[in-house]
Amino acid sequence: MSILETRETTLETDPDQASRPRRDRHIFTGLRSLGTRLLSAVGVIWAAATFTFLIQSLLPGDRATLLLNQLNGQIQERTAAELAPINEKYGFTDPLIVQYFRFLGDLATGNLGTSYQLHKPVIEVIGDQIAPTIVLTFTSLLIAWAICIVVIVGTAKRNRFFSSVASGLEALAAGLPQYWLGVILLVVFALNLGLFPVVGGTGIGGLLLPALTLGIPLAGFLGQVIRTEFESGMDQPFALTARMRGMGDTGVRLRHVLRHSVLPGITLSGWALGSLFSAAVIAESIFTRPGLGKVLVTAVNSRDLPVVCGIVILVAVIYVVANLLVDVAYTLIDPRLKTS
Amino acid sequence: MTVLVEKPVSAPAASANRTLLAVHALNVSFAVGTGRHQKINHVVKNVSLELSAGRCLAIVGESGSGKSVTARTLVGLPGRNAIIEATRLEVANRNALTLSERLWRQVRGKDIGFILQDALVSLDPLRPVGKEIEEALRLHGWGNAASRRRKAIELLDSVGVPQPEMRSRQRPDELSGGLRQRALIASAIALDPALVIADEPTTALDVTVQAQVLDLLAAMKARGTGIILISHDLSVVSRLADDVAVMRGGAIVEQGPVREVLGNPQHEYTRALLDAVPSAHTKGTPLTKEGRSGIIATSDRARRVRAANAGPVLEARGLGKSYDGPDGVRRKVVHDVSFNLAAGETLGIVGESGSGKSTTAKLAPDTGEVLLDGQPWSSLSTSQRRPRRRRVTVVYQDPLSSFDPRWNAERILVDALDHRDFSTAQTRSNRVAELAGQVGLQVEHLEKHPLQLSGGQRQRLAIARALAPEPEVIVLDEAVSALDVSVQAQVLDLLTNLQAQLGLSYLFISHDLGVIHHMSDRVLVMKDGKAVEQGTADQIFNEPAHPYTQELLASLPRLEITENTTRSINA
Amino acid sequence: MSTTTFTPGKPEVTARTFTASLLGGVPVAAVISTVVLAFFVIAALAPRLLTGADPLAIDLGAALQAPSSDHWFGTDQSGRDLYTRVVYGTRESLLIGLGATGLAIGIAAVLGVTAGLGGRFADGLINRGLEVLFAFPVLLLAMLFVTIYGPSVTTQIVAVGLGTAPGYARMIRGQVLAVRNSGYVEAAHGLGHSRWQVLRQHVFPNAMRPLIAVVTLGVGQSIVWASGLAFLGLGVAPPSPEWGALLDAGRMFITKAWWLEVMPGLAIVALALAATSLGRHLQTKLEGSQP
Repeated sequence: MSILETRETTLETDPDQASRPRRDRHIFTGLRSLGTRLLSAVGVIWAAATFTFLIQSLLPGDRATLLLNQLNGQIQERTAAELAPINEKYGFTDPLIVQYFRFLGDLATGNLGTSYQLHKPVIEVIGDQIAPTIVLTFTSLLIAWAICIVVIVGTAKRNRFFSSVASGLEALAAGLPQYWLGVILLVVFALNLGLFPVVGGTGIGGLLLPALTLGIPLAGFLGQVIRTEFESGMDQPFALTARMRGMGDTGVRLRHVLRHSVLPGITLSGWALGSLFSAAVIAESIFTRPGLGKVLVTAVNSRDLPVVCGIVILVAVIYVVANLLVDVAYTLIDPRLKTS
Repeated sequence: MTVLVEKPVSAPAASANRTLLAVHALNVSFAVGTGRHQKINHVVKNVSLELSAGRCLAIVGESGSGKSVTARTLVGLPGRNAIIEATRLEVANRNALTLSERLWRQVRGKDIGFILQDALVSLDPLRPVGKEIEEALRLHGWGNAASRRRKAIELLDSVGVPQPEMRSRQRPDELSGGLRQRALIASAIALDPALVIADEPTTALDVTVQAQVLDLLAAMKARGTGIILISHDLSVVSRLADDVAVMRGGAIVEQGPVREVLGNPQHEYTRALLDAVPSAHTKGTPLTKEGRSGIIATSDRARRVRAANAGPVLEARGLGKSYDGPDGVRRKVVHDVSFNLAAGETLGIVGESGSGKSTTAKLAPDTGEVLLDGQPWSSLSTSQRRPRRRRVTVVYQDPLSSFDPRWNAERILVDALDHRDFSTAQTRSNRVAELAGQVGLQVEHLEKHPLQLSGGQRQRLAIARALAPEPEVIVLDEAVSALDVSVQAQVLDLLTNLQAQLGLSYLFISHDLGVIHHMSDRVLVMKDGKAVEQGTADQIFNEPAHPYTQELLASLPRLEITENTTRSINA
Repeated sequence: MSTTTFTPGKPEVTARTFTASLLGGVPVAAVISTVVLAFFVIAALAPRLLTGADPLAIDLGAALQAPSSDHWFGTDQSGRDLYTRVVYGTRESLLIGLGATGLAIGIAAVLGVTAGLGGRFADGLINRGLEVLFAFPVLLLAMLFVTIYGPSVTTQIVAVGLGTAPGYARMIRGQVLAVRNSGYVEAAHGLGHSRWQVLRQHVFPNAMRPLIAVVTLGVGQSIVWASGLAFLGLGVAPPSPEWGALLDAGRMFITKAWWLEVMPGLAIVALALAATSLGRHLQTKLEGSQP
């Protein structure tokens, strides 16, 4: 069957032998890079936690006084006798370094302190309300991806008019403040058209508008990056080669170019997840949807620092986990990274 | 005049005389801009071609000659906004002028295979090469998944890829240049198309690998496949093609059998193109007509320089250099390289990609030392070396990135002058004008930004900048590699003249053996970071001692024309 | 032949901008953006030129009127003309935007340049630091600041400035590194220029060039962030007609008077979009003149 008698000469066979040991080295470096990634992930969480610790302990004013005033809703000087049990309970008189290690120890066991306002462990306060916020965050992310993939595959490098209109809309969407978009959606779809409940529950009906509120601006952001990549992908030689073997336009878009173009969008999503999670506050507040948003706004207004700090640490954890997932997704889509 | 008969191609090429391609008076133009600003660019003008089975037609030309657009038009993919006109355009026995996109898709890959330049980017970099070959089969409804998988491995085997099963699971970046180019060819010929179009199929490859790929294409031709070869390289063309069409500015200037066209060129442009190719026998003679008329005898100054310096200007002793790879492993890329460069002499350093030739030319080793005029150079600290730096200047392969984008040509040259020697604006502008004159740049070029200059003009500007400090040594790192052959010829002539005039010493780095032979007094051959052989150009090219040098020279395609030729072949 | 690399670049640049293709190459978006921005600058410097009314004049008889020819943006619960309030609120909103962006760019420039030029150790340290800062979304960081220092204009500026600084810092660092490793810097060293001369002549001007566009983009975004904070009731106290405060005040009436939210929001969106599109335009122009 061998039509063509030319063979790779000795010059060409040497990478072949070299490739086996190289493979083992790849696995080794792969493990090592996984190790460094996990380490740096823990580092980020540690740094974020330390930051919140310092903010809480180095705050101007006496911490016990602050706490006591919070408890009673008063603002006044406190006597030593009043402060003593508080200091005793929270160990505020211990040296800072002792408090710091206690804080880290608590953190490792999932103890984020006690809310000044609600007298409940912060972890419980968060745990009670986290589920709807997580649902909202991920729905928004999915909506954003769905919108921008459909729009880009449909319009990029096709008709010049449609593709410029679409990219103009992307720029518009990316610049829209979530609160404004949310208000408009609420006024149009809930108040005027009555298609959705004004006060959103946790059901599907109450989810769509808040998710669009967060998803549309994100779709604009993602779309801008992905479009640029998609357009340059369509001009790459491999896209031309695919056409040359008889593939149609849609095939080239879906089977070759799309995979290349989503990569920067994936990176952006990792970063966006933390941001989405905190922006959920806005959507929840517009649509009076249960979730962490209400907890956070109340905590900020009542200066309930442990709760705010607890949420900051939680978002840092989400950010870090999201970025580890991004790394995994990235290597699945672009296997070249594993080996280089 | 022509009657078009639809003859579907079903059986593989049987008769040798079967016509695969008939193009008559093809015009391709592009509409640029919209509305009032719209402009029509005529890219291909009145081109007629013909090809029958088992033959190879080469289309040669420099960049912008329209050769690639012609090739792409033959598969119905000339690009956006293209306007195609022809009295006849018959490809694989179909009237290409009336084919719908749907029908074209049945033709592409099945009746016509297309091979692009660099398999690293021409195959999907994220997918295993086997998948790409299977895709070509799947698109035309060939077999089922399992049989396609088997066929892909068979195809890889047939184009000479060892261990095809393992290779089929690897991505282009995991394969060597030669293997991935073979995989690309396998994907193009998966359905055994009668016609294969190869657009610069060997351009990105090292000479030894290039020779293997050309053999592969020749074997396909021998089996009855018709090949259209698009190339800028006349020696590649002479090795594979039966007929050749020379294109310039969108039109064919000369066309006919290779022997006649290259052996006895009728058109002035073909002759100029042939003369421009540097090689053994062009040594010591200019490559361009302008060069011949403006030949400069060795000047007094140059003679003085040579006489005054008995010893070497530049001396390298046991250079070594290592780099940390991305995986943290330290790799030695240059091992123990030594050479001397005498005043007014050119030392050529030749080697394939990754041989360490450019690293050597940086003259910044970890071990060993470089002496300039017998004084230490590489061992000096950055600040100690600074006052002497102007005695060795560099011209890079990509001049554009070596210019600050904010500056125009004049500002770039002024910056290169020593402001102690040229303290007034007047002396500076005189010197800039002198430099521009030396390299053949016009006054109006000086006001332009590098982006607005052509490739040749940019390289002239880079040479002027290198001349500005009046150096003794100029390092030319692949300085002509990115240029078209006729522009390359002009720049090489310029360099030769400047050397004769100013007594410069050149350290000339190139992968192109012809250029090296043409330019060098002495040659250093590098492989895998080591100097394998060193000697005068004649010694190296006529009596190579090292097996690697012999192999390099053997794989070099030459202009193999015997009839009526003024050129002799150096075997 | 002399323009082979130049000509293909041109149509690509124009094809990418939304507007150019709509009106045959005229950058309409840039013109409109400039007009919009000019309007806001006038509103900030001399609001009287744009409205004759008093932003604080209460007219309870005209409370909560929908937009009309008398009250373009409608009126609020105290009958104050919303258009006038938006015009008078421009100065403070713009100051917040400029202040936050200025602070962010200042911090970012110091960090980015130090990382880009400071060698391996400084680069590694700053990079790690930025990585940590990226884990704090702007809005959340701002809320943390408000918790500690209470709501005020200064808190808004500092919080938004600190929150957006890491992004700019990373960009500047990348830019400095790219220029530092560029061919022309290598060539300048090759000509024997001193390190300082190369930094001054090539690295700083080329690395800082894209910043003009980025600052324009950033002002709009900063205002969006700051007003988002205000929307949640964590901004400046309500009597001030600052845009965020208007949004906050209007939330109570959302079911009755949509314009109280939509109109101030429209001002923010208009400003942000105008700034973004002008920034983009500058970016393409700058890129167009660079290889």
